[in-house]
Order: sequence, then C-alpha cells, then structure tokens
Amino acid sequence: MNISEIITLWSENRGLSLLIWTVLLVTAMYLARTSAHQSIAAAMRSLRAVMRMTATSLLALEQRMTKRNKQVILQAGQESTELAIEREFQRVNVIVERDLSGYPAAQRTMTDLIERIESDYQASNETPPSPPEWLAAVDTISRIDKGNDSTVGQVLQSIQETIETSHEETIKAYRKSSLERLQVLKKMLPSWRGLSKTVTSVSTAVTDLGERSQLIDKLMDKYERIRRKDDQVARMLASSSLTQFFIAGLVLVIAMLGGVINYQLIALPMSEMVGGVSEIGGWRTADIAAMVIILVEVAMGLFLLESLRITHLFPIVSSMDDRMRGRMVVVTLTILTILAGIEASLAYMRDLLALDREALAQSLSGVTATNVEFRWIPSIGQMIMGFVLPFALAFVAIPLESFIHASRTTIGLVSTSVVRMLAYVARIAGQLLYQAGRIMIHLYDMVIFLPLSVEQYLHRQKAAGDVDDSEDAIISSEDTVGGIKP
Amino acid sequence: MKIYHIVSTLILCTGLLACADRAPNTKAVYMLIDTSGTYTRELDKAQKIGNYLLGTLNSGDSLAMARIDSGSFSEKDIISKVTFDMRPSMATTQKHQFKRQLDEFVAAAKPSAHTDISGGMLQAAEFLNETQAQQKYILIFSDLEEDLVRGHIRDFTMPLVQIRVVALNVTKLRSDNIDPRDYLKRLDEWEKRVYEGGGQWKVVNDLDRLGKLLDG
Repeated sequence: MNISEIITLWSENRGLSLLIWTVLLVTAMYLARTSAHQSIAAAMRSLRAVMRMTATSLLALEQRMTKRNKQVILQAGQESTELAIEREFQRVNVIVERDLSGYPAAQRTMTDLIERIESDYQASNETPPSPPEWLAAVDTISRIDKGNDSTVGQVLQSIQETIETSHEETIKAYRKSSLERLQVLKKMLPSWRGLSKTVTSVSTAVTDLGERSQLIDKLMDKYERIRRKDDQVARMLASSSLTQFFIAGLVLVIAMLGGVINYQLIALPMSEMVGGVSEIGGWRTADIAAMVIILVEVAMGLFLLESLRITHLFPIVSSMDDRMRGRMVVVTLTILTILAGIEASLAYMRDLLALDREALAQSLSGVTATNVEFRWIPSIGQMIMGFVLPFALAFVAIPLESFIHASRTTIGLVSTSVVRMLAYVARIAGQLLYQAGRIMIHLYDMVIFLPLSVEQYLHRQKAAGDVDDSEDAIISSEDTVGGIKP
Repeated sequence: MKIYHIVSTLILCTGLLACADRAPNTKAVYMLIDTSGTYTRELDKAQKIGNYLLGTLNSGDSLAMARIDSGSFSEKDIISKVTFDMRPSMATTQKHQFKRQLDEFVAAAKPSAHTDISGGMLQAAEFLNETQAQQKYILIFSDLEEDLVRGHIRDFTMPLVQIRVVALNVTKLRSDNIDPRDYLKRLDEWEKRVYEGGGQWKVVNDLDRLGKLLDG
C-alpha cells in the first residue's frame, strides 16, 4: 500500500479523505495529549541530563588533561633548565680552567714586573752630580768690584771663566744623568705594558665569570619557580613551546622542500641504476630508490647528530661510551659522505641524460643541434647541489627533535581546547534540546487547538460561578505545558 | 648474532626487490607504411609519425615499423624493430639508431606493385603478442585500398584481440571523390574486420592531433 492509497483510504475524493485523516489524527492527538506531553518532556529532560553529564565528564577530563599538560610542560622546562644550568656551569668551569687556573702564574708575573719596575724606578731616581762646593765662594769673589787694578781684574776674570767652565761641566753632567734616567724609564715601558695586559686578561675573565654567574642566578630562579610549579612559569613555558613548535615546523617544511629538490635531482638518473620501468606497489622503483636514498641520508644525519650529542632522540646512543660514539660518528659521517658522492654523480648523470634527451628531441624535430656555451656551469651547479644537500638534510634532526618535543605540549594544549569546546557544545546542545521539547509541546497543542478551545470553553461554562478556580486552571494549563515549567 | 641480522636484512631486501614487477602500462606499437603507387610521396608524413612515436615511447615500450608491399606477411618487410632498454640512456641510443634506419628507408623507398594490408596486420599482431605489452597498437599509414596478388588468401578473421588499430592519413582516392560512399564503405569494412578479430578501431586523419594517437 503506497502513500497515495493510504491518503485516499476513506474516500475517492482526496480532499475529503485528507479531512477525515486530519480529524482522526487531531482526535487521537487530543486524547493522547497528556501522555504525549509527558513523553516529550521526559525525553528532552533525559537528553538534557545526558548532555549535562557528558559536559561535566568532558570538563573533568579537560581539567585532568590541563593538569597533565602542566606537568608535562613543567617537566620539559625543568629538564631544559637543568641542561642549561649544567651547560653554564661547564662554561664557568672552562673559564676557570682556561683563565683563572693561570692566575698564580699571572700573579707571579705581575709581582716580577712590579719588582722590576720598582728597581728601574729606583735607578731612575739617582741624583745628578752637584756643582763643586767651593763654586759659591768663587762666585762671590768673582762678583767683587774690580776697580782699576788690572791684576785684580785678571784674577777675577780667571775666576769668572772657572765658574763658567764649571757650570758647563755641571750642565753636561746633568744632561747625561737625565739621558740615563730616560733610558731606564724606557726600559720600564714593556714591563708596564705586560702588566697592563695581564691585568686586562684577568679582568676579562672575572667579568665573563660575573656575567655567567648572573645568568646562572636567573636560570636557578627559573628552576626554583618550576620546582614550585608556578602558574606563570608554566604559561611562559607553554608559550615558548608553541613558538618552538611553529619554528621547528617551518624549518621542517623548508627541509622537506630541500628533500623534494634533492629527489628531483636523483630520481631520473636513478632509473639508470634500477631500470626506468619496474614498479613496486604502483610506484616506480627508481622513484622509491631515490626516496630511500634521501631517507637514509636523513637517518644518517640523525645518528650523526645523536652521536655528537647534539640531539637526544635515542637514549641508547647518548648512553654509549665515548669510544663507541666516536666510532659511530666516523661510520655515519663516512656513509653520509659516500651517499653525498653518489648523489653528486647522479646529479651529473642527470645532466648528461637531459643533454641526451635534448639532442634526441632536436634530432626528431629536425632541428640542427647547437653547442650551448657555458653548459658546464649548470652541470657543476647540479653536482655541488647533489653533494651539499645530503649534509644540509642531515641537520634536519635538530628541528625534528624540537618539533617532537614541542608537539607533545602542543597536542596536549589543542586536545584540551577541543575537549573544552566539546563540553561547551554538549551543554549548549542539552539546553537546545530542552527548549526544543518545549517548542514541540506548544506545536502539539497548536495542532489540536480546536478541541482544546472547545475544552476550555466547556470548562469556562461549567465553572462560570467559580471565577478564581477557572483562572487558576487557565494559569496552570499555560504555565505548565506538558509538565515543563517555562 | 650480527651476522643473522645482516642475513635477515638481506633476505628482506631481496624479497622487496622481488616484488618489483614489470610496469603494467608498457606499450607496443607496430606501424605499417603503405608504399604502393603514389603513397610513397606521403612517406615524409610517415616519418613525422615515426619521430613522434620515438619521442613518446619510453623504456620498456616496443616499436616496429614495416612497409606494406605485395606480400606483407613477412619479417623482411620490417624496417626496424626495437624494445627500448630499461636504462634511459640506452633507450635514447636505440631511438637514435631507429631514426637513422627510418630515414634511410624513406630516402630509398620504392613503390610496390600490390598492397597487402591484411598480411601486414597479421605480421603486426604476431609481433605485438610476443611483446606481452599491456597496450598494443597497429598504426596503418595507408589509403586502406587492398590490392592482393592473385592467389593470396586474406579473407579470414584476423587475431586482433586487445589490439587497437589506428588508420592514419587515409587519403581519398580519385574514385572516392566521385562517389564518397566508396571511401566510407572501405572504412566500414576495415572497422568490421578489426572488430570481428577482437580489436578496436580508430581513424586519425589530422596528423596535427598525434597527441591522441596512443590514448587509451
């Protein structure tokens, strides 16, 4: 029986049949009104309760996740701060060992220099030879009035000359003495410079040490705050982690682009080695081989940086003894170099193949082949790229490590936000369903408005004497529609 | 213990390489060139098509060219045939060599007295089936007017299962201009013969649209 047959069940006249259906339906709905209202209200209340419970559970989950995230962030921050403090102490150790360990020697040097300067200074203090003591008496005599006596004049003249001669000798001796003192002072100059240099060196070391100690103080302060599980520092670390996530992600994208370029460089010539036709799982074997080479290079780079303790992705590598790590560095570097060499040769082969193809294309199109000048430049460029890119890709381990560490925090933060949003959505949905239930009850009454109106009219007629009761009844029926209070 | 690890790794790698199979999309093309009568003057067009094929086909694909003469069901009519090497450099060398042979043929081609298209198609089908390529094409560069030597029997169903036959540059004969129904009838007859043999039929007269020549 199809819908059309059901509609025309009561009469061939579609309108009349529909009218009968409507009357029957409205009557049935009127009779089942109370039950229907209660059912709708109960169903919506249940749904709202379920949604609220879901929201509460989600919020509890969100709080647990937030707590866990905070723990993770603080743990990561604690580890990185510990590492930073350790590194600073190592630097301080280096400064102390390098600069301040030589302090006794520097002090001895300074003492020696000071002693030498002292003796030189003493030497430069030697008094110049003084003029003879009788010179004052002779000077007085030479100033006596000569009068007219020529003999006396000659004597005084002689005394005058003696005084002048003596004066000249004294000046000469003084100059000589000054020159000697200057020589002594000149000898002091390297000692002064040496002293100044030693003092500067000690001063630099001490200043550097002071800066390091300030930095250690800051790091220790941060470390203490992390230990105290300070909220501010947790927020700061989360923000830093997000920044790290995006920066590392950006660098990884750049590295991927580098990988794509590298792939393009070696995919074509790789078909010379593994054939240009065979496929594995729908992919050209040559393409897979090129991809594998690039991935092996990345893996070697990962192990190399791990062996150098630059990254810490594999604890087993970090915990190896130094000798074994050293061997691992040599092995990975050798493999990386060999792969880089292979890539360089493949890049060269790519150029040859391209030339060959170009020549064929020209031959097939009837164009005379021409020799292009400086054709060797792109060849060399491709070879260099082929050699350098594997080493550049090797460094992808550093952003990869940062990305992995930061993604832990970032995923936690995003998950928390999603859970919080879901809780919000569940709460809103519950409320919407509850309100939808009320609307449905009103719509139900709208459909059966005719019998309801009749009922109300009859009620009013029956209880015409008791106005208050009647009003209460109306208010009651309006206020509690289907058992749900507005 | 390390030895076991190395051996197991090698076995794994060998297994992986064993999974490498021949590409399923290899192509094999057999081109028949009509050398009867005035059609030798059209050979430069055939040369153009040959060059296009050489530029289009890749490693693993097969290409053969043969002339249609009085008795074409014969290996001696094959101008050149090659299956391109897996290594691109070697494939390029083969293409150079193929082109040289094609050029030599075009330069020295002489008109044949009769036109045995069916014999050529039989020879082509044999070659194509031997290549075991996924896509097989017979390109017929002819006016499709068959002119057999008396006594040659060709009126039987040709084995062309999974072979796509493409008629190229089907020129209109002088009689076709008088009654074009002859031309259409000729094409219909060949189409019917190809479908009867289990093959597919296509006509490409515009040689500027060679890009669609080897479309699936």
